[in-house]
Amino acid sequence: MTAPALDALDALESESIHIFREVAGEFDRPVILFSGGKDSTLLVHLAAKAFAPAPIPFGLLHVDTGHNYPEVIDFRDRLVARLGLRLEVARVQDWIDDGRLVERADGTRNPLQTTPLLDTINAHRFDAVVGGARRDEERARAKERILSLRDAFGRWDPRRQRPELWNLYNGRHAPGEHVRVFPISNWTELDVWRYIRREGIELPSIYYAHRREVFRRDGMWLAAGPWGGPRGTERVELRTVRYRTVGDGSCTGAVESTAATLDEVIAEVTASRLTERGATRADDRLSEAAMEDRKREGYF
Amino acid sequence: MTRDLLRFATAGSVDDGKSTLVGRLLYDTKSVLADQIEAVTRASADRGLATPDLSLLVDGLRAEREQGITIDVAYRYFSTPSREFVLADTPGHVQYTRNTVTGASTAELAVLLVDARHGVVEQTRRHAAVLALLRVPRLVLAINKIDLVGYDEGVVAAIAKEFAGLARSLGFADPAVVTIPVSALLGDNVVEPSARTPWYEGPTLLGHLESVPVTGPDVTAPFRMPVQYVIRTGPGAAVSDYRGYAGQVAAGTVAAGDEVVVLPGGARTTVASVQTADGPLAAAGAGRSVTVLLTDDIDISRGDVLASAAAPPRVTDELEATLCWLAEKPLRPGARLLLKHGTRTTPVLVGAITERLDTDTLTFGAAPAELAINDIARVGLHTADPLPVDDYADVRATGSVLLIDPQTGNTLAAGLLGTPLALLDPLTGP
Repeated sequence: MTAPALDALDALESESIHIFREVAGEFDRPVILFSGGKDSTLLVHLAAKAFAPAPIPFGLLHVDTGHNYPEVIDFRDRLVARLGLRLEVARVQDWIDDGRLVERADGTRNPLQTTPLLDTINAHRFDAVVGGARRDEERARAKERILSLRDAFGRWDPRRQRPELWNLYNGRHAPGEHVRVFPISNWTELDVWRYIRREGIELPSIYYAHRREVFRRDGMWLAAGPWGGPRGTERVELRTVRYRTVGDGSCTGAVESTAATLDEVIAEVTASRLTERGATRADDRLSEAAMEDRKREGYF
Repeated sequence: MTRDLLRFATAGSVDDGKSTLVGRLLYDTKSVLADQIEAVTRASADRGLATPDLSLLVDGLRAEREQGITIDVAYRYFSTPSREFVLADTPGHVQYTRNTVTGASTAELAVLLVDARHGVVEQTRRHAAVLALLRVPRLVLAINKIDLVGYDEGVVAAIAKEFAGLARSLGFADPAVVTIPVSALLGDNVVEPSARTPWYEGPTLLGHLESVPVTGPDVTAPFRMPVQYVIRTGPGAAVSDYRGYAGQVAAGTVAAGDEVVVLPGGARTTVASVQTADGPLAAAGAGRSVTVLLTDDIDISRGDVLASAAAPPRVTDELEATLCWLAEKPLRPGARLLLKHGTRTTPVLVGAITERLDTDTLTFGAAPAELAINDIARVGLHTADPLPVDDYADVRATGSVLLIDPQTGNTLAAGLLGTPLALLDPLTGP
């Protein structure tokens, strides 16, 4: 005799909570990568549910490009205070200031996040680094394991991935290596939004339609800012926009939208004919294998 | 409206057109968005193709696109108004056992592809054997490239008949197997019914995937839950002096008042309540992550299993397992490895290799001196700690193990306890 199957969101939630508890049980020094975006905010919400009524037994790490939206930083600080979390911030600017990194000609700092991330993982000896990547985001990510080994240089080798069976996760690693953990691997963008609505999860205000000064570049609306814009003939206009992803301000575009509520955002995402990365992330447009190449080097 | 979730896997030989079928399924369900289509169209043009090569939608790695093959299991997501789908797309080349085992381990249904021109081939038999071993509840035989055999009903019927015999001999019940003739390239019977197969009256592939019942938790199965973590709060906390055992219900159901046993120790106690962050549950079934509070103060830690006191698993350090050997390096009797069972990892000594599956004849035969990659064999295991185990055929979660290399940490084998593969004589059937 069988009971009805779990609702899709309940099944995904239980899977993610199981993964978080495996991390707490098997690793000594886990950390959650936190950008202030919807996926990492979802991660923190799921972690809180996994360990309730006790606090989340690990802290957050934010790799800060310096090209931020003030609304997101404000949101981050309020979330950390509310849940009593530890927050470590790795500032790309510090790496540029002391010469370990050089600013790129195009001004984008997204690819520059890898070195501060790996340096911080080493300095704190983090052994499990939990991220909000989803397999539906991008083709290389579709091949990613839920627990994914990184060598001492933080590299991902897609040809040497461990087989991952049932829900038996193998987190063994040698000293110096670490494991990336992706508890929301099996969620789609729409699952994330539906769950945010169901649970009443607060997000940074930039996910909802607002008026903003933007300029057009490569078919995207970029916010004017210290990262290099507008240039040349690019013209700043006041538009009603929202963000579908939160990333480095230099390469994350806004979409024109009047979706000001969760229901309107869900309706818009359902009807969209573009993926969230395709619509708004210049970093993924560089080549067919842009994400794979960055992941191999140790990117999130 | 609630929607359920169907996890399924695809398997097939190289060149059966599996990536094209998956690409077609995604494309025709409108799960592929404009920028992805644009990228595939651009890449197809670069390769000199006149029409978009749908396989490029799913072959995600640089080496895969360069070599035109699929290397690793890829996970795909699509949905229809009534259901969400998680698809494990498993490639069919050298590491076929490793990939098929991985994809099939969480699947409720598998789509096995054959080329209509070649029918059931050696790889089909191997894949079907692995799917039977992993006890995937339902099979679809997708006979692809029917456009290349002139949509001939006789060809399809002959392949279906041969496969039905194979499936029966592997222990699949007839209603669990459905045969669908398709052309992934042209879209026949994938999402839209084909006008070119008037003799075929069954569902399209998507129609079948949408209507097949998703197996809910078996409420009559005995309760099992490996303890993942102990959640505690101190005297000053908002919820003070809390002590709960966190885990995902692996089988059966659990409710307040249930008598449970803590294994391998053997202490008996009663469930005080079943909690989640959203409050207590009247009962929780398999798949649900919960925190169990007990009436007695017992020493319980990660690695222990909470189980029905009336129908507990057996506790033993001598295991009989069917191993799928997944590593390049061979396995020899006497090897000292690590074994992961539920939430416990323990040293293990590999005993005798008793027999190996011959995937051509689908019979167990004489054991080799050592196991090579892709071998499936029955092996004795001696664990350092006693484990509470069930047969894989009865309870998947407490009947499955991983073998891990203590030096490299790599996963070497998937192990299924008991005799999960009940081979029958193909002529007489079940």
